[in-house]
Amino acid sequence: MSGEEDATVREPLDLIRLSLDERIYVKLRSDRELRGKLHAFDQHLNMILGDVEEVITTVEIDDETYEEIVRTTKRNIQFLFVRGDGVILVSPPLRAP
Amino acid sequence: MLFFSYFKDLVGQEVTVELKNDLAIRGTLHSVDQYLNIKLENTRVVDQDKYPHMLSVRNCFIRGSVVRYVQLPPDGVDVDLLHDAARREARGG
Repeated sequence: MSGEEDATVREPLDLIRLSLDERIYVKLRSDRELRGKLHAFDQHLNMILGDVEEVITTVEIDDETYEEIVRTTKRNIQFLFVRGDGVILVSPPLRAP
Repeated sequence: MLFFSYFKDLVGQEVTVELKNDLAIRGTLHSVDQYLNIKLENTRVVDQDKYPHMLSVRNCFIRGSVVRYVQLPPDGVDVDLLHDAARREARGG
């Protein structure tokens, strides 16, 4: 491994290392999404996020019209440990325009 | 190792453990091991109306693999310490 804070991306986890202390997007199993500041992670993708917004998406079928009704539930959590086995993807900083 | 050490330092504090079956249990963190199995004391289920069968449970062991989230106490998070630990871990610690 090279220098202290190498800015190059050699392996996938480097991308996440460079996102430390930045707001990231995390997609999880069971239709959950998180947006929050990445404070720590390990090779399993266990993570600690700060100022987290969780969005849960549920789809219901209307009894009469059989239309799909998509509902989203949001909640905010100050500090959250996320177990890595539920993680589907991690996307680096959502840069403000 | 990072999160094992982190949770060891958190022993004695109140946390809310949310499981993959949506059950959320709040309690005092008693101990943790390398698999991030968790033992909680003075537990109560967050949504007691939905899970009344857990009313009498006061202590429990939670297998690490069924945990989805752990909601952490705000004063139990030293952000700078975590950043350093995460970088060390990424370098192959």
